[in-house]
Amino acid sequence: MTDHTAVVVGGNRIPFARAHGAYSRASNVDMLTAALDGLAARFGLAGRRVGEVVGGAVFKHSRDFNLTREAVLGSSLDPHTPACDLQQACATGLEATIYVSNKIRLGQMVDGIAGGADSVSDSPMAISDGLRRALLAANAAKTVPARLAALASIRPGHLVPDPPGITEPRTGLSMGEHQALTTMRWGITRGEQDELALASHQNLARAWSEGFFDDLVTPYLGVTKDQGVRGDTTIEKLAALKAVFGRGEGATMTAGNSTGFFDGAAVTYLADADYAAEHHLPALARVVDAEVAAVDYTIGGEDLLLAPTYAIPRLLARNGLTWQDFDYYEIHEAFAATVLATLDALADETYCRERLGLPEALGEIDRGALNVNGSSLAAGHPFAATGGRIVSTLAKLLHQRGTVDGRPARGIVSICAAGGQGAVAILEAC
Amino acid sequence: MPAKRDPLEVIATSPLARAVVSSPLGRSVAAKLGVSPAPELRRGRTLPAGPVVLAALHDGTLAARTLALLGIDTVAPVVDTPDARTVGESGRPVPPAYEGRIGALVLDLTALRVVEDLEYARGVLRPAVRALERSGRVVVVARAPESYDELEPRVLAQGLDGLNRTVAKELRGGATSNLVWVDPDTTPQALASTVRFLLEGRSAYVDGQSWRVAAAAVDDDVATAVRPYEGRIVAVTGAARGIGAAIARTLARDGATVVGIDVPASGEALATVVNEIHGTALQLDITLPDAGERIAAHVAERYGQEARLYAVVHNAGITRDRMLANLEEKGWAAVLQVNLAAQLRMNEALLDGRVGGLVDGGSIVGISSTSGIAGNKGQANYATSKAAIVGLVRAMAPRLASRGITVNAVGPGFIETEMTAAIPYLQRTIFQRSNSLSQGGKPVDVAETIAYLADPASAGVTGQVVRVCGQSLVGQ
Repeated sequence: MTDHTAVVVGGNRIPFARAHGAYSRASNVDMLTAALDGLAARFGLAGRRVGEVVGGAVFKHSRDFNLTREAVLGSSLDPHTPACDLQQACATGLEATIYVSNKIRLGQMVDGIAGGADSVSDSPMAISDGLRRALLAANAAKTVPARLAALASIRPGHLVPDPPGITEPRTGLSMGEHQALTTMRWGITRGEQDELALASHQNLARAWSEGFFDDLVTPYLGVTKDQGVRGDTTIEKLAALKAVFGRGEGATMTAGNSTGFFDGAAVTYLADADYAAEHHLPALARVVDAEVAAVDYTIGGEDLLLAPTYAIPRLLARNGLTWQDFDYYEIHEAFAATVLATLDALADETYCRERLGLPEALGEIDRGALNVNGSSLAAGHPFAATGGRIVSTLAKLLHQRGTVDGRPARGIVSICAAGGQGAVAILEAC
Repeated sequence: MPAKRDPLEVIATSPLARAVVSSPLGRSVAAKLGVSPAPELRRGRTLPAGPVVLAALHDGTLAARTLALLGIDTVAPVVDTPDARTVGESGRPVPPAYEGRIGALVLDLTALRVVEDLEYARGVLRPAVRALERSGRVVVVARAPESYDELEPRVLAQGLDGLNRTVAKELRGGATSNLVWVDPDTTPQALASTVRFLLEGRSAYVDGQSWRVAAAAVDDDVATAVRPYEGRIVAVTGAARGIGAAIARTLARDGATVVGIDVPASGEALATVVNEIHGTALQLDITLPDAGERIAAHVAERYGQEARLYAVVHNAGITRDRMLANLEEKGWAAVLQVNLAAQLRMNEALLDGRVGGLVDGGSIVGISSTSGIAGNKGQANYATSKAAIVGLVRAMAPRLASRGITVNAVGPGFIETEMTAAIPYLQRTIFQRSNSLSQGGKPVDVAETIAYLADPASAGVTGQVVRVCGQSLVGQ
């Protein structure tokens, strides 16, 4: 088998919209279809069979068991294009990229699309376990009295619907509450968090005004730009917001430095490098390697959203790189404090030695290379769509940069996810 | 979302109004008021249903050879001469007539020399206009006035312009008349695309016009190709909706690989059009200083380093209507930038021989407008920009002739689009009716004319502005 190189050809997403707003009537299938159609238009894929489309959603209706395949069938792609649903909480989009690039690198396909969609507006709502069990029992009952007996077990309390939560089932804590513990543990200040949020907004607003997203975003339902971005926000405005997570002195996390609820979809087109060259497809960046990690946040009491700190050193070691060897750092801003705690942890001697088993700390990085065109705090974070947004953005940044000191520009993506997981990947400019 | 309907429109389109118009009395009243239903026009790549009559003055053979090349059968004309008339029941003379409806009259007047020759044109036209079918065609082929050295034929050739325009006005039922000026050495191959366009439904809304088909080298297979754009890349600006979307679809129907361009904010509609025709989308603000470079880069990136644009259709345009009394610099500049300056800049980049730029032998098509040709109240900015497109076409065509690149424009009249649907009912009705075809044109009518102008077989058509206006009363 010959060696294959997986490259990012380009990407497309719909602008991320505030939940219960412009996309409130759009389903995950609708949004993913729109993202695919914009990608098809950009690269002339209409009517063409793509190796595989891989994606998913975090908030997913049971009827959407074939979400990605349904989106393919609704899109302009050749219906002979297969699809696969994949889910890893907020790392869904990045995990999909890893899946597709691995298949390409193995020579199992020449091109593929990775991505995801998430709608908070159109989220599924489950019935309670009590009601569900009663209905299943009634359905299984063979006689009328048995059926009535089953239905009689329904209590008024069972009728309350069960909305989707972002609480961790094993701790009962929401993600924000978990992060508040981490924020407190690492002593992340309100000021640091607000500054990171401000930079995210300013960077994203600048990127939009420079036309950076002209070939990365296709408008949808009249929305032409990310609705979360506030280029005119100030440190004073951010400082005036009330804390929503944490207690007492630890109450530093606000709606300004935490991501809100958004709807959106994003996809990335990947291909074998040779195939791309032969088919006049651009090659923005090479997918070098990836690593996934998890933390023991239940019994071990580790930080829920710091799993990437485990993945990063393992990935660096395998690739003979140091934490400082990157020209771009794309660290998903679930909360400003998540990014800051991740950086602090990797610079912390004790954490690196005792938790990660490293001989020493990975050290500090050039903060000017972090999320240079904004990230989730400004763009919004429709869970499964975030990976596609970041990978496509980073690939374009790397391609624009070209080489640094005679080597290809290099970037790293880090995304934390529910369940104490994290996915990390390295990309290099083509 | 449906546009708010004008109360007058609600009345005019009500079942009662329809019933009145469809009754014999109502019809005659409606006709007097000029509100009779407009004829449905023949469109697309369809020839007239009835026979094509070929009438040639003296030894003119250009039209005959052209029709033969196109494989279009012809019949001999009925000519009205004093001898051919019979005496009717009332005792009055009756001119000779065709037995049934005819589809078209192709009148070859390339041999025109003296005033008396025009009698032949009258003699052929009189029976023909009486027999022409709905959406029938009169196509007059004559030498361009400036192609004559002698005085008399030159004068007469110009006279044909008035004849053609009058025939167009007298014809009914969606029939049109147009005049084609040729050079002495224009070949049937060079003329074929024009004659076929005029006979087919593609020219539905082109009426009373005259333009020139100069001599040019065109191969037989190019002259007769049905999908002339096969293997060619064409860029269309403003392709997301309306006329631009129709241009993209029409060019794709004729084989083109279309690069659809529109502002990033119109990306969703653009993607829909482009995916439908299997082209590629380029979200681009054409007023960017490097818009032309970006288009060329897109072509090279998507279609290979050897790929070149065959044609560019500068369709993108905006209006910022204000009476001069209220017009400030912002609204003035915006229109001139988008409709004119951007086009000049893009052409410059696409013509400098760069990778992905315009190929020699290619084509540039712009969009002028009736407003530009005639001027229009409240559109000082728009009219200026659109008249300038006429200037651009005339100035660029000779400069690019040595590279075989044609430069032409269409001049749309009242076209039914989302934009014109917003005009109040009464005003819109007046616009729709103020032309010889008593109706507004469709975006596809503009698109078809552009596809004809940029057709490789139309190599002899350059420096021309073809109006698509149903012979609007406004302008020339």
